Amino acid sequence: MKRRNLLKMPMAAAAVALMAGGAMAQDETTVIGVSIPSATHGFMGGLNWHAQDTIDRLEEAYPNLDFVLSTAGDPGKQVSDIEDMLATRNIDGLVVLPFESEPLTDPVKMVKEAGKFVTVVDRGLAEEGIEDLYVAGDNTAFGRVAGEYFRDNLDAGAKIVVLRGIPTTLDNERVEAFQAALEGSDKEILDMQHGNWNRDDAFNVMQDYLAKYPEIDAVWAADDDMAIGVLEAIAQAGREEEMVVVGGAGMKEIVSRIMEGDPQLPVNVTYPPALISSAIEMTALNFVSNAPVTGRYIISSQLITPENAEQYHFPDSPF
Amino acid sequence: MKRIDLHVLGPLIALVALFILGALLNPAFLAPANLSNVLARSAFIGLIAVGMTFVITQGGLDLSVGSMAAFLAGVTIMAMNGLAGVTGENWGTIMLGMGVALAGGAAAGFVNGALITKARIEAFIVTLGTMGIFRSLVTWLADGGTLSLDSGLRSIYRPVYYGGIGWITWPIITFAIVAVLGEWVMRHTRFGRHVEAIGSNDRVARYSAVDVERVRLMTYVLLGLLVGLATILYVPRLGSASGSTGVLWELEAIAAVIIGGTALKGGRGRVWGTVVGVLILSMIDNILNLTDLVSPYLNGAIQGVIIVLAVVLQREKRAAE
Repeated sequence: MKRRNLLKMPMAAAAVALMAGGAMAQDETTVIGVSIPSATHGFMGGLNWHAQDTIDRLEEAYPNLDFVLSTAGDPGKQVSDIEDMLATRNIDGLVVLPFESEPLTDPVKMVKEAGKFVTVVDRGLAEEGIEDLYVAGDNTAFGRVAGEYFRDNLDAGAKIVVLRGIPTTLDNERVEAFQAALEGSDKEILDMQHGNWNRDDAFNVMQDYLAKYPEIDAVWAADDDMAIGVLEAIAQAGREEEMVVVGGAGMKEIVSRIMEGDPQLPVNVTYPPALISSAIEMTALNFVSNAPVTGRYIISSQLITPENAEQYHFPDSPF
Repeated sequence: MKRIDLHVLGPLIALVALFILGALLNPAFLAPANLSNVLARSAFIGLIAVGMTFVITQGGLDLSVGSMAAFLAGVTIMAMNGLAGVTGENWGTIMLGMGVALAGGAAAGFVNGALITKARIEAFIVTLGTMGIFRSLVTWLADGGTLSLDSGLRSIYRPVYYGGIGWITWPIITFAIVAVLGEWVMRHTRFGRHVEAIGSNDRVARYSAVDVERVRLMTYVLLGLLVGLATILYVPRLGSASGSTGVLWELEAIAAVIIGGTALKGGRGRVWGTVVGVLILSMIDNILNLTDLVSPYLNGAIQGVIIVLAVVLQREKRAAE
């Protein structure tokens, strides 16, 4: 008796779901898939937060929009996510931040060939012309703005050490732009090592820099997570007075210290995790408005100074 | 004539060679401040690796320790931030936080051990599962960002990592004490002998009236406790924990154990060898940062080569024996 009841329940649920599905089809619900890397470090944590926040807001504002968010820890998982979205969720549009360019190119191309609207965020695909909309931060400007700040504000002969990210083309673009901005100036880059956008690794590398070089005037930690590790290593060595630290991406703790005018942290360079919001919003606009949204949208990197820091401070974001 | 046990010398020779290489390449290598940094950094992996030596010696494995450390660090920080409102910003709160880390570590180790011994699931599978669980939990607790200790508590807690007796800081002292105790337990206690017996042949051990499941369970609890202890030393360093804390620590700990001469298939454990293994790994990192010998892209490759070489050195010595 009991068993029969239990068997009936899923059938009833399926019937309800079918009816609901039929009702939704009448309203012409648009489904947008969002595929992003999982929150494994500060920047991606912020990006995940902004993605979820934007989706919640848009779903409330447009009842006809439905979002499918998936986060992946590696390119393989991300490819599966996208295949699932196409096969089972019947998406009309896809917003994707490729974990890596090469492996994601073909799967995203398949989505495009199926006639869907494709938005690519931040890291480009290996092949040109697949996506309808490209939204990205400006990695070249990210490195250049920091380099120019050092070129214009450090004393002649100043010595700089650099903490790079994870070895990627994106990291290369930033570092090359940084070097180009300093080229021909009287500032010297002493050393460059990979801190992997990780505060523990950055702490270790900075400790070693401090042991190796008796004179360091400035540190470019190309990410605020690394800047935290760097600041801690400098504090341990008691050399806070000697050098300035410039991070990047605008972590809220760092921005608030810039607001307070901390002499050790004069400026920061933006690379907003909220760029995912721009991408999702513009993709949604394609379906709910007549505004043209195809093309390339590059969010430039700004210098955060004590004067303008307040507008880059997001206390609710985890980053 | 005293017979020289050649195969135990492999890792020691590698360590001495590295030490000389480091000193030749950059004089800053031998400065007390640098040695202190390297030793203190080694302490986290070192404490975990001592525990891992027992687990591997009994024929088990634990892949979850890096994630477990991140999770414990997150929980400890949240507990201290929460308690500060009740008990105030003082050493009492920090001691409670330390208690949370140790109790949490023991509990996490117990869960791993119980699933392996009571539910009889392969250690590799259980800890692969809990590795994912702990990592997700800390990311979830931190809302994808970073959990930070309140600044008042941090300034009280900070000396636990940075302070000490002269340049010999507390992490170094703790690591040394744990290593000596670990070696003693492995060599001179019944527990240590049982661990080795189970690792070399668990059926014979069972027939010899050794409570195999209990000893196995205890090695995981011991490892969990040591992960908790490592967390206690880790939290004051950066005062934060995130999803990227402790990534790949499990592999570093396992590598250190194997470099040190403990057999991956169990039965022979050498805690002092593990200490040497840990020092080798962190010294390579340090030397590569202090010199510009190779492209930083190749750091991982150099480390890999030295790991394999250290083990090859051991194998050859053993064959010659």
